[in-house]
Amino acid sequence: MKTQNQKAWFFVLPVLLLVAFNALIPMMTVVNYSVQETFGNNVFFWHGVGWFEDLLNSERFHAALGRQILFTTIILLIEIPLGIVIALAMPRKGIWVPVCLVLMALPMLIPWNVVGAMWNIFTLPDIGLLGYLMNTTLGIDYDMTQDPFAAWVTIVTMDVWHWTSLVVLLCYAGLVSIPDAYYQAAKIDGASSWSVFRYIQLPKMKQVLTIAILLRFMDSFNIYTEVFVMTGGGPGNSTTFLSIDLVKIALGQFDLGPAAAMSLIYFAITLLVSWLFYTLMTKDDGK
Amino acid sequence: MAKITLSDLKHSYYDNPKGPDDYALKEIDLEWSDGGAYALLGPSGCGKSTLLNIISGLLTPSNGKILFDDKDVTHLPPNQRNIAQVFQFPVIYDTMTVFDNLAFPLRNRGVDETTVNTRVMAIAEMLEVTDMMGKKAAGLSPDNKQKISMGRGLVRDDVNVVMFDEPLTVIDPHLKWKLRSKLKELHQKVRATMIYVTHDQTEALTFADQVVVMQDGEIVQIGTPVELFERPAHTFVGHFIGSPGMNVLPCEVRDGGAFFENTLITLEGEIEQGTGTAQIGVRPEFVTLGDHGLPAFVHKVSDVGRHAVVEAKVGHETVKAIIEGEAPLQGAATHLSFDPSKTRLYRDGWIATRAAE
Amino acid sequence: MRKRSLIPILYILFLMLPIYWLIAMSFKTTNEILSGFSLFPQTFTWDNYITIFTDPSWYWAYVNSIIYVSLNTVISICVALPAAYAFSRYRFLGDKTLFFWLLTNRMAPAAVFVLPFFQLYSAVGLFDTHIAVALAHCLFNIPLAVWILEGFMSGVPKELDETAYIDGYSFPRFFITIFLPAIKAGVGVAAFFCFMFSWVELLLAKNLTAVYAKPIAAEMTKTASSAGYELGLLAAAGTLTIIPGAIVIYFVRNYIAKGFALGRV
Repeated sequence: MKTQNQKAWFFVLPVLLLVAFNALIPMMTVVNYSVQETFGNNVFFWHGVGWFEDLLNSERFHAALGRQILFTTIILLIEIPLGIVIALAMPRKGIWVPVCLVLMALPMLIPWNVVGAMWNIFTLPDIGLLGYLMNTTLGIDYDMTQDPFAAWVTIVTMDVWHWTSLVVLLCYAGLVSIPDAYYQAAKIDGASSWSVFRYIQLPKMKQVLTIAILLRFMDSFNIYTEVFVMTGGGPGNSTTFLSIDLVKIALGQFDLGPAAAMSLIYFAITLLVSWLFYTLMTKDDGK
Repeated sequence: MAKITLSDLKHSYYDNPKGPDDYALKEIDLEWSDGGAYALLGPSGCGKSTLLNIISGLLTPSNGKILFDDKDVTHLPPNQRNIAQVFQFPVIYDTMTVFDNLAFPLRNRGVDETTVNTRVMAIAEMLEVTDMMGKKAAGLSPDNKQKISMGRGLVRDDVNVVMFDEPLTVIDPHLKWKLRSKLKELHQKVRATMIYVTHDQTEALTFADQVVVMQDGEIVQIGTPVELFERPAHTFVGHFIGSPGMNVLPCEVRDGGAFFENTLITLEGEIEQGTGTAQIGVRPEFVTLGDHGLPAFVHKVSDVGRHAVVEAKVGHETVKAIIEGEAPLQGAATHLSFDPSKTRLYRDGWIATRAAE
Repeated sequence: MRKRSLIPILYILFLMLPIYWLIAMSFKTTNEILSGFSLFPQTFTWDNYITIFTDPSWYWAYVNSIIYVSLNTVISICVALPAAYAFSRYRFLGDKTLFFWLLTNRMAPAAVFVLPFFQLYSAVGLFDTHIAVALAHCLFNIPLAVWILEGFMSGVPKELDETAYIDGYSFPRFFITIFLPAIKAGVGVAAFFCFMFSWVELLLAKNLTAVYAKPIAAEMTKTASSAGYELGLLAAAGTLTIIPGAIVIYFVRNYIAKGFALGRV
């Protein structure tokens, strides 16, 4: 059992100070901007909840939010099952395990703009490997700078390439923690491989899957750099997700008020959904 | 239910075993009759778990055969052998209820629901878990979890053998004896062949009708608990079973007699011809202190309740004796005598005296 | 068995394809790249790498990245260690709320913080320094480090602490000589993830620096100069950014899988 000890606060203090410096002060700045109007020269006027009202009624915001939600949904629907399948098929021991893990983790360690640039090069219609294969070898008209559908497919593929390994690593970690006795008992009980998955592997992976879904949700919902480098939000506005729109408004047009209001709503949605996921996934742990 | 025969069984975890040291199991020949309670006893790493996994089919032996009722099952997978196994750590299906856990092996074999129901309820009654049938199995205490995993083995009426792999390891001491007697009781009720693997002599001796003692991949002795105690066939058995273990004393063999500290020791019978390091083995229970015999002095006395363990020094050698009643004082001079019918000569560990008729 | 191992093999092949393409391109001349498709470099050249290693603004950008990433890893681990210890060993007023609040910072979209960070670090005079980027990355790395370390620490029995106190160890001595070695795998995993997330982040790093502390990732935008994309150079610079990550992951390869399994939500 843990002991009650208020002195533990001293241990937490450095973290608290650093994170507060990084999170609270900027957050206050954002809140401050979100209720004011400015015409430049650092002159601000009280604007109340006007920016929030404008934003919630703005079609541009709805569209960006819609695209963001669609993207995250697709990502989760592909990466989670795919990650589970790959983790299940991985060897449990042997010299190939570290090799597989290192190779799989590689995409996660590449700076995000390099990921974007790399996929740009990879998909260039005439001189990229994928672009060339699609256009010349397979004869499919493919150019993500022109065709919104191609842009979506490419971005989704890129994200699957970039992040499925995280799900694999997590699930794999959950799988190797299952003692051999469980598999042996299941064999003796005559369980089918589906039963083994349903009643042994899946329950044991539940905790890591919760982490995987949460992390993948947060990161795909916040995706910015890769998409910005690859498509810049285009063609048209077809891949302008929330974060891209936000940076456009804040740094491109310098509309601080609307950008701040948008930041707050954005953050609130992320928090709310994460909390919902978390509560749902851990609902019956206490019983 | 079935008779189990292991013939010329060998197993190595290496692909190309070179010497005998590469073998986890060396030459096992055994026959277990239907409905018996057997124990495999030995220290960690003696090969008992390997042997168990070969019987259950989780391992295929490098050499030899396993027969269930004269049917060769050596290459059959576990689910076709009709066996049940209880593991060291309770294996339960967390997300299922207790009922579903018990019903799982039956449902997997396509047994109809009414039979499932009656079988499960009967087993639950025996295990005294009827009051928790609807509960999620994840929330149970370790001893109840272990009961459920035993139940999954017993629920089937087609099992040839139920195997227990150190099933009481994670159980609290005060619940251990309870579960142990439950097991014994279950064996008497269902009369299935049961094999119990353990390194704990008390568990083995109380559960089994016959105990197989193993060391370094070899069987050193097979016998009833009484036989193992009274006449260990190997110094290892003498040492491993009993508390404290058998006294093993260096000796010299000449003129057909065994001499310890230059005193002729009377043995249970004639010494067999042979060479090798000779030792005398006698259990502390059969050593008495008195006015005659080997001169010795009392080195240490530990009172363990009903009796005292006396460590006496004869020359440089220590001999342990179990004394009922009043124990001598430390440092006192005394004489030791060994019960001749329980005193034996061992050569290179193995018994080398003929039993008295 | 054989059929099953096809899945990871195909997956790894899929992962390696874009990386191969990047590396292959880094050995091509810009002319060859633009003139058409070729699976292997036809005229193999080191020119792109030579350019990078001879131009100070290129290799300094590389060094800059390594400096702030290392700084961030050290800071994150050092402050996360005591905090994780407190969370794993003690109950105190507001502990659960605090833990959750820390994790929420991991959820904050970096885009939200770009502008306020710029203003904040300009105001305290840290703009365009390595420490600014290192501190900014603490926002998401500290929560992660606390989370991972707490998981590992909870796996160490409390009896270890108690035995050490009975043996007369002072807290700092116990922590450094006994406790840290017991969770060194956890420290390795946490450091790995701090390194990784700091190394791959660009948005904050780019906007908090201008010249002096400019990261390699930002320097790469230079390839899109007046003369159009210098794809070969871009590919070479990209290839170089893969190397530090690959080295780090090699060292912790045996712990990555374990690291997350022990974490809690």
